[in-house]
Parts: sequence; structure tokens; C-alpha cells
Amino acid sequence: MSKHIISAIQGVGHRTLEGIRRLGRATLYFLLVLWKSGTSLKRFGLVVRELYYFGVLSLIIIVVSGLFVGMVLGLQGYETLQKYGSETAVGTMVALSLVRELGPVVAALLFASSAGSAMTVEIGLMKATEQLAAMDMMAVDPVARVVAPRFWAGVISMPLLAAIFSVMGVFGGYLVAVVFIGVDDGSFWSQMQSNVDFRVDILNGFIKSCFFGIAVSAIAVFEGHDSLPTAEGVSVATTRTVVTSSLVILGLDFILTAFMFRGL
Amino acid sequence: MTSETLVEISDLNFAYDDKRAILKGVNMTMKRGQLIAIMGGSGSGKTTLLKLIGGAAKPSSGYIKVSGQIIHALGHNALYAMRRKMGKLFQFGGLFTDLSVFDNVAFQMREHTDLPESMIRDLVLMKLHAVGLRGAHHLMPAELSGGMARRVALARSIALDPMLMLFDEPFTGLDPISLSVIGSLIRRLTDDLGMTSIIVTHDVQETLSIVDYVYLISNGVIAAHGSPDEMKSSEKPFVHQFIHGEVDGPVPFHYPAQAYRQDLGLEDIFV
Amino acid sequence: MQRATLDLWVGLFVITGIGALLVLSLKIGNLETYHSGGDTYVISGNFENIGGLKVRAPVKSSGVVVGRVADIQFSTKTYDAIVTLNIENRYQFPKDTFASILTAGLLGEQYVGLDAGGDEVMLEEGDTIMRTNSAVVLEEMIGRFLFDKASENDDF
Repeated sequence: MSKHIISAIQGVGHRTLEGIRRLGRATLYFLLVLWKSGTSLKRFGLVVRELYYFGVLSLIIIVVSGLFVGMVLGLQGYETLQKYGSETAVGTMVALSLVRELGPVVAALLFASSAGSAMTVEIGLMKATEQLAAMDMMAVDPVARVVAPRFWAGVISMPLLAAIFSVMGVFGGYLVAVVFIGVDDGSFWSQMQSNVDFRVDILNGFIKSCFFGIAVSAIAVFEGHDSLPTAEGVSVATTRTVVTSSLVILGLDFILTAFMFRGL
Repeated sequence: MTSETLVEISDLNFAYDDKRAILKGVNMTMKRGQLIAIMGGSGSGKTTLLKLIGGAAKPSSGYIKVSGQIIHALGHNALYAMRRKMGKLFQFGGLFTDLSVFDNVAFQMREHTDLPESMIRDLVLMKLHAVGLRGAHHLMPAELSGGMARRVALARSIALDPMLMLFDEPFTGLDPISLSVIGSLIRRLTDDLGMTSIIVTHDVQETLSIVDYVYLISNGVIAAHGSPDEMKSSEKPFVHQFIHGEVDGPVPFHYPAQAYRQDLGLEDIFV
Repeated sequence: MQRATLDLWVGLFVITGIGALLVLSLKIGNLETYHSGGDTYVISGNFENIGGLKVRAPVKSSGVVVGRVADIQFSTKTYDAIVTLNIENRYQFPKDTFASILTAGLLGEQYVGLDAGGDEVMLEEGDTIMRTNSAVVLEEMIGRFLFDKASENDDF
């Protein structure tokens, strides 16, 4: 009996140590990527190529999701606000929810599951098929040549995608509230404008999306490069990218919100 | 052929952790212009040896010298400078799947030289011509057969005319024709470019017909070495078993186990 | 994919993204009004209770936004709140202007309302508004109402 308890505790200890070791490896890898980012800046064409694959190709999902999220917010917000006779505040509600939270967070979650997982698969497959090892043997650093450009493309794409998401969302809210339901056009915009603050809301939302971009891209490239070089290893790494980035996005969102809006 | 030593391996030991020793006290000397085979069964440590020569792993003790420099003592930049003079053909080629055949071969030239695009074009076509695939320069790696992919990878690894070529299992998974094509290409390119080539393989017949010297590794130590003819006529039991592919011998058919009768639980009944 | 096509798409993407950021800042946020009155002057006022007034809340006169709350401090001398206001230069107010903290709607945000007085002299940079009216605190109002009711009952 005591044997079982001891082995259970050992299991916990083992997993904890393994987790800490992994976190340490990931941190070192992140620093390595930053250290080797010089090539990406000198040859920006490498980053542009990845911007196409991770930024441009994510546009459709971001635009469509943003539109629908905004439309739902408009509808729900109208239903609730009209009970208090302040349905003109629907613009404020839609804009604030999007700019502060939903824009950065939902765009980051979508980005993690589409572009982030693609990044992991690409790097994982390049490792599994010896492409990274071959590059290394050809005296070309794979971290500088393959990993860093993808990382920076992710970091650059994320705030842009989050902004596009928010704008599409506000447009979706406008469509539902003003065009379909008939809330007054003027008060929709003016209430929104007088209540959304540039520094408190928009700048903070932008900073959030920058953090999310760094987190998702760093996790995606680490999982890809750290994956076991087999088909199974790559699939495990992809799942990990999506799960870890989603959790990190939500956790980071809480911490950043606490700092920004409560001044902790 | 000069008799100058290019690769010197001295008392090399390697282990992934304390328990599993992969290589134990390996000594080898390889001369310029030679084509050398390192043979051995699966898991004998020969692929690890190739990694150590390329500087992708560090030995536990001992050293490998390539043209007078100790590989594991080189810093990042010095190692990369050394690797520009090396080529390695990976087991599955390792072609960049997002680049065309042409761009794959041109990769190193573009990364490491400032040659004008017109000259790169000529050089790439020359390298592709040498492996007989000049006409395939516009294809993507996914459109190539296994044998063709390996020839392209070979063309890519000799792009900068290396002094040392490493071949990791170049014959695995090829049909007989592709196999002889690769074999004769390795021999011809070694002679034409005056490079030293090291082949790691367990394909006996093709290898013995092309190489100058053979090292046979078993369980991390050199079991035998000599010219292909010496190996063929060797009376050592292990060498004989390996070269002729016999089922039982010094390398037993059965994995070590307790007595068969005991495993089946027959002991008790019959005693 | 051709290099040029790729560059074109990425260019479009980046321009769209930056455009979206601009729309957020200018159209949805109020960056325009934020600095538009680049020239502002500072006045302050002491309030017994500011309720839920926040920094950056609007300052309105007759419903028009004329400035923003710049700072809120508690004074240990007078034991009340000192509210500093940034007022746009183009809006000048007489010395005896009346400042009160009001609420937009029943549950809306709180803002500072200015009611111009009749004085000939205008408020200048650094001046203090003498006449202020505190925020209406719901709890106090309810408390007063209950107290009044109770005292009414005492009469009987």
C-alpha cells in the first residue's frame, strides 16, 4: 500500500521535474531564436515569404470570424441593453468587448490553431525528413534560416490580424444593430467614440495582441523543433502547440488585463 | 592519389548516457582520395560515428581530426567553416520539399557565395548533369522517385566541391538499378573531384565492389578492417558471417534468454 | 508562387492591418479628440464627494465636451477631492462657473458638468473653481429618503 503511495508521489515529482525541464528548454530556445534573428532582419525577404503563409492565408478565417462574432455581440447586446432603454450603447459594448478582449484573444486562438499548428507541422516535418540536419551540415543555421523568419512573421502578423478582427467585428455589430434592427446610426458611433479610449482600450488591446503573437509563435516553433522526428511525434507536437498556446493566451490575457486595467 | 591523412580518429568513445556505450575505443585513419566503407549491423554505432565526424555530436573521450583540426573543439563559426568543405548525403536525402530541384542544388551556392545568378545556373546544371538529372531541374522533390531524389541530394551535397563526403546508408530502399547507379556515381565522383568519401552501410555486395577500404564495426568496436578482397577471404567467424549474410554465427539468431524449456514452464513437469 | 505575387499579397495584408489599426484608433477610439485641443488650460476644483468619477472622464457644458478630467487627488488639508480638469483653450468660462459631477442616464458613466456664471472675469490657467456640487451617491439618497419617511411617521 505504502509502495503505491510512494510511487504515486514519485510520479508527481517526475512530471513536475519534466515540466520544469521542458520550460527551461523552451526558454533557452526562445533566447536562441532571438539571438539568431539577425539573418531575418538582414534578409527580410525570408520573413515576407512566411508572412504570406501565416498572415495572408489566415485572413479569411479572421475576417469571417470577426464579422460573425461582432454580429452576435450586436444581437446579444441589443437584447440586453434595450431592457434598460440604452440600446444606443450597443456600439460601445461591441467596440469595447472587441478591442479590449475578444479581438486580441479570439484572433490569437484562431491564429494558434491555424497558423501556429501549421508552423509546428512545417518545422517538425523538416526535422523528421532530415531537412534541418541537412541544412546544418551545409553550414546554414536552421534556427536562423528556417525558425527565426517564421517566428517573426508570426509576431508581425498577430497584431495586424487582431486589428482586422476587431474592425470586422465592429462592422458586424453595426450591420446587426443599425442596418437590421434600426438603432440610431449617429448615436451608435458617437457613443462608441466617446467611450472607447485610445490609450486605455485600443493601445492596451494592441499590446495584448503583440504579447500573444510572441507567445504563440515561440510555442509553435519550439514544439516543431523539439518534436520527435516521426509522424507521430509531429502530430503530438501539433496538438501540444494548440493546447499550450490556448492556455498561455488565456492565462496571459488575465495577467495583462490585471496589469492594464486594474494597475496591479 | 596522395597518401596524406585527411581523417584521423583516435581512441574514440561515445555514449548517450552512462549506461549505453555506443562506441568504445575506435581508431581509424582515412587518406585523401580514398573511398572507405564503415559497415556493421543495425545499431552497431556506425551512423553515430558519421554524426561525430560531421560535428553533430560530441565524443565522450578521444577525438576526430579532419585535416588536422579536432572537430569537437571547434567553435560554432569554425565548425561551419569546416562543414563548407564537407558534404553529407542523408539516408532519405533531406531535400527541401518547398524548393525545386534546381533551387535545392543552388541552395548552398546562394547561401555561401556571391556568385551571379547566371554562373549559379551553369554550376547547378553541371552538378545535375554529373548525376544525370539535368533535365529534371524544374521538378519539385515530391515528383521524384526515391533513386532520383537521392541523386539530386548527392548533386546538392557536392555543390561546393567538398573535400570530404559522408554517405549515410546511401543504398537503403533503392531498386537494383538505382542502387548500382548510386554506387557507381559515388565511386566516379570520389575519383573525379578527388574527395575522400565515407560510406556507412550494411549493403555488402554493392559496397565491396566500389570501395578501397572497409571497417567492420560490431557493438561499438572495430571487429575487422582491410581491403574488400581481404574481407571476402577473411576466416574470422564474425566477418565471414557478416559478409555472407549467414543466419547464425557469432551474432546469434536468438536474443539472449533463459532456457527455452524453462520459459515454456516445462521444467517442473519433467524433472 | 512568383516572388512578385507573394510580395503583392503580403503588401496588401500589411496595409490592411495597419489600416485596421488606424480605423480603430481614429474612428472607434477617440484619438482625434484626444489631442485635437492640443492647447488646453488647467483648472481645478474641490469636491466633497466625486462618486465614481474617473480620470479621462469628459467635462461637458450644455452637453458639449469641452475637456477631460486630468487628475484626481485627495487633499489631506481640506479632506476632500481635488479634481484637475483640462479645458480646451477655445472654451473660456467665467470665474463664478458652477462645476458639478453628473451621471449620464441612470447607470451611465459620471462626468463633470460646467454651468457658466455671469462674472466678467474668465478662469485662467491654474485657477480654482469655487462653486462645486458633489456627485449624487445613490446610497446617501436612499438613506435620506428613509430618514425623511421615518421622521414623517414620528409626527403621528
